[in-house]
Amino acid sequence: MIETENLTRKFGDLTAVDDLTLRVDEGEVFGFLGPNGAGKTTTVRMLCCLISKTGGSARVGGYEVGSEEDALKIRRIVGFVPDNVGLYESLTAYENLDYYGTLYRRTDAQRKESNEYFLKMLGLWEKRDTMAGTFSKGMKQKLAIARALVHDPEVIFMDEPTANLDPEASKGVREFILELKKEKKTIFLNTHNLDEAERVCDRIGIMNTKLMAVGTPEELERSVRGRRTEIQLRVVTDAILDSLKRVQPRNLVREGNKLTVDVANPEEENPDMVSAIVAAGGRVESVTVVRSTLEDAYLKLVRDAR
Amino acid sequence: MSTWMPWKIAQKEMKVLRRKKSVIYYIIALPLILSVLFSLVVQNDIVSSSGLPSDYQLGLDSLTYFFVVFAAILPASIAAYSIVGEKVEKSLEPLLSTPTTDGEILLGKSIAAFIPPIVAIWAGASIYMAAADYLTDGLLSHPYFPNWTSGVMLFLLAPLAAIFSIELAVIVSSRVSDVRGANQAAGLLFIPFMAVFLSAVEGTIALDPETLLIFSGIVLVVDVALFFVSKSTFRREEILTKWK
Repeated sequence: MIETENLTRKFGDLTAVDDLTLRVDEGEVFGFLGPNGAGKTTTVRMLCCLISKTGGSARVGGYEVGSEEDALKIRRIVGFVPDNVGLYESLTAYENLDYYGTLYRRTDAQRKESNEYFLKMLGLWEKRDTMAGTFSKGMKQKLAIARALVHDPEVIFMDEPTANLDPEASKGVREFILELKKEKKTIFLNTHNLDEAERVCDRIGIMNTKLMAVGTPEELERSVRGRRTEIQLRVVTDAILDSLKRVQPRNLVREGNKLTVDVANPEEENPDMVSAIVAAGGRVESVTVVRSTLEDAYLKLVRDAR
Repeated sequence: MSTWMPWKIAQKEMKVLRRKKSVIYYIIALPLILSVLFSLVVQNDIVSSSGLPSDYQLGLDSLTYFFVVFAAILPASIAAYSIVGEKVEKSLEPLLSTPTTDGEILLGKSIAAFIPPIVAIWAGASIYMAAADYLTDGLLSHPYFPNWTSGVMLFLLAPLAAIFSIELAVIVSSRVSDVRGANQAAGLLFIPFMAVFLSAVEGTIALDPETLLIFSGIVLVVDVALFFVSKSTFRREEILTKWK
């Protein structure tokens, strides 16, 4: 649904997006992670045909980004939620949606149906005649998302949709994204929020001007460091360490009575390690499999890039 | 470019304007105040003076011309509000992401900035002219208004002045980041039109249909030139990457 190849955008001497090559499939929720100034917004703006590219190529829904002829076609099939909600504050919630429905050339009947559907779905139907300017941040954000959906787009670009929202409002927006995921919408989600990315995204790209890694959250986590096993013992002796090293020699670290060992397959390796410890006279208090987090992966990649 | 879409954009702009009381008062009140004020000027300074009919005519035409000056001021404020206001509300980016062309958005906003002030100016001018005819009934053998001079002023020069101010407001909007700044810049647009007025008062030029047609022609040429400049200013890429 979205393909880019060596997509590049420069502003004078500054390269905002450098040789970005990625592919997002239909129905996929793709998270785009990166620090401020990583080029995430610039990428979305290019893909929505809001600004031009200075190099490479990109296609959205089969249409060519950068082609004057295809720009309107792309904007017709995409919905865009900018980082600033940008609602018309002196229009009501209903009027905001209705205006955008008009801009997408929806008929009166289509607009009436979609306005009602989204306002009810987002719990804003009772507030439909209230000026958007009086809404809370969370309500405005929901309305901005609904606005991007009034024309039933094939692809939805969201730029930091939960930034500056309180946890409850963020949860509401996340749940809405998950609803869209069920409807098999293709979603391109720019976010700083690692937890959000992990919860809602099928795949994640980590970007810092250049795309540094792409994969499922699990793949990215594994790419930093494999899984580890933490074994808490009553007492650690040299005999236990020697015995353990014979069955599991990889990166054994001792911290007091806790041993940490890198494992490739904990289901197979942990029983062997426990047997070795017990055979050496040790007493195991707990065994815990520890996975690297997406945060570990993100921080490592971003720091390595500096 | 469709004509339907700019009209839909203009309708929404006018709906927003209707809810901004200060803007409404500004658009409606100013021409109405002018019409009352000018009627008093006619009553106190023209009717009660012992001048020649040609002096009456210059006085009446000069007052009518002020509606042209205001046609160069009022739309600029609305256009600046409509564009800079959207910048401030951050609503331009989602608007630009829709399948509307830059030309449709610009035309829609221009229509919304054109219609309300020009209608208000015509209404104010009509009140003034009716009052002037009534007040000068005993001085002139026939109603002075309507005449060719006022016709050229109100139906040719005033709309061209309004277009001039809208186009300049679009250009100004790209360089300012708040509505007040845009309004201040827009307030300077009356200068060329006032210069014509002062030249007429000094007797350098006459406020007759021929002179006004020539001036209208000049404004038309400037409008066409400004159209291309404003069109090149109002482009998605420019708005998102270069506007303040």
